[in-house]
Amino acid sequence: MQEIHASQIRPPFYRDERVLGIFTQVLVVVVVVGLGLFFYNNMITGLREKHTVAISFSFLGQVAGFDIGESMIEYSRERTYARAFVVGLLNTFQVAILGIIFATALGIVIGVMRLSTNFLISRIALIYIDFFRNIPLLVLLIFWAQAVFLKLPRVAEAIVLPGPIFLSNRGVAVPWGLPTESWSTYQIILAAGLVLGAAVAYFLREQGKRTGRMPLITLWFLVTVAAVGLIGWIFLPQPLTFDQPVLEGFNTQGGKILSQQFMALLSGLIIYTAAFIAEIVRAGIQSVSKGQREAATALGLNPAQTLRLVIFPQALRVIIPPLTSEYLNLTKNSSLAIAIGYPDLFAVAGNTILNQTGREIEMFTMIMGTYLSLSLLTSFLMNVYNRRIRLVER
Amino acid sequence: MSENATSEEIIICQDVCKWFGEFQALKDCSLRVRAQEVVVIIGPSGSGKSTFIRCINRLEEHQAGDIIVDGIPLTRDVRNIEQIRSETGMVFQQFNLFPHLTVLENITLAPIQVRKMHKDEAHETAMALLNRVGIPEQADKHPGQLSGGQQQRVAIARSLAMSPKIMLFDEPTSALDPEMIKEVLDVMQELAETGMTMLVVTHEMGFAREVADRIVFMDAGEIMEVGTPEHFFTNAQHERTKLFLSQIL
Repeated sequence: MQEIHASQIRPPFYRDERVLGIFTQVLVVVVVVGLGLFFYNNMITGLREKHTVAISFSFLGQVAGFDIGESMIEYSRERTYARAFVVGLLNTFQVAILGIIFATALGIVIGVMRLSTNFLISRIALIYIDFFRNIPLLVLLIFWAQAVFLKLPRVAEAIVLPGPIFLSNRGVAVPWGLPTESWSTYQIILAAGLVLGAAVAYFLREQGKRTGRMPLITLWFLVTVAAVGLIGWIFLPQPLTFDQPVLEGFNTQGGKILSQQFMALLSGLIIYTAAFIAEIVRAGIQSVSKGQREAATALGLNPAQTLRLVIFPQALRVIIPPLTSEYLNLTKNSSLAIAIGYPDLFAVAGNTILNQTGREIEMFTMIMGTYLSLSLLTSFLMNVYNRRIRLVER
Repeated sequence: MSENATSEEIIICQDVCKWFGEFQALKDCSLRVRAQEVVVIIGPSGSGKSTFIRCINRLEEHQAGDIIVDGIPLTRDVRNIEQIRSETGMVFQQFNLFPHLTVLENITLAPIQVRKMHKDEAHETAMALLNRVGIPEQADKHPGQLSGGQQQRVAIARSLAMSPKIMLFDEPTSALDPEMIKEVLDVMQELAETGMTMLVVTHEMGFAREVADRIVFMDAGEIMEVGTPEHFFTNAQHERTKLFLSQIL
């Protein structure tokens, strides 16, 4: 029998799979390190020529000296740059979180409408998607700010909605609660209500596990909390006074004013992002095979049950990854606020603070670091959720 | 063969027609099925067999003719459609189990959600059915972890959990590996022996010969011939029936 030595035959090095693999890796490392060094050198040289100040964050402790249009925390021009940065960050937070919640809700509704068998409904959804998805967000934001919210009547002739809510070119004034002396006691009662509500929710969940039909847990939770809150309200002397906005001369007094910049940014982001989310929801639903709907139908489930119990849980695993991207986009897109004068993180830090201090490297490190952390946190949470809904196979 | 077919006609189809666009998939199909009868539908692919049984529980809408299931006329009336669907179970070629639910949840979903059955009761019924199809030990697995034959048996159990009067089988063994076909056919045969009314689209001639009370041959959207198995396999009348049988036997 002939002896076989196939494993001992060596190819020339330029055809050797292993040598080629190592060579590619080395090449990639050389290119990446080379580029990195080049840009680092470039930055250092640039800094030396421009100014000799060393990189330092101590300026953050200095007095900012500028006003910010709106803030969720107490702020004045005597406060530090660091405080101003936080004000911007909180404003970005506020828009991003509200935007994500409302864009998701609107996106799901439009996405489901898009698949409706009713011609009119699906056509409306289609037009919505095609219109808002294809206009640059910046244009849309400026349109909302300039053509919608700024075109509202002057304060003196504000549109009054029940509440009263005043719509004017200064923004939207809504009634707002002001704490009185008993507010702190009332907060304790509310906390107790939350605990009781959680207990009720837990009990219902356990019961639901036994009967197999989940009751509307969220609803009962809210009912419990509201009931406790109401009882506390009756027994305490007015923990909150409702401050209603009133017209006084050329302005509204009292209440809470949501600025027209805030409203324009929020509605622009919601409407724009919802169009993308709608398409993601549609794709997710359509990715579930037709047989699933048929099987559910044959078993006697109605269309709503089929969507909720069979289609949507399976669509989610297709929906979540691109939905995460949309959340990240919305958060990052909120930096366009600078164009319509809303004081978000980028407008405050990347524009005002930077112009006053000239600290490009420091400010951009902080701004990029913040956006990056926000985005990584969002993706992390979404990935955890995605893992939870993964299908079990084999 | 099940000898217990009664005289009560539980499915009546009269001149049923169905078009997909320009293409006529069903041409004046008429068939009467008695309660507890097992009827097997055979025919070349594209002959309208699946479309025909899918019309009976309204997965497809027929455009002309009458379908009456257990005395309920199948019309656009959603209440009638709902009633008919609750009396008919269906088993698909691709199983169509819900991949995000366990085997047990697959079976209990409809009884709990549609019949408003208590979870414990639904579980008991489901376990009894899993015993009947021979895989009680798979209850807590997901469909993706089961073999094709096991999945199809779960699908049968899932349909039976709604206690239907009629079972529709749409090529239940066509997607299975050869060694798994028998385990599914055995379950179906056992079901036939308990007196279930069954309408089965299949290419399994052995099953047709042994279990069917009557065999229906369809070609090009028409019912060409209806008869007992003996009649079919020994004395087929129609040329096309003979040709079809010669090709597959």
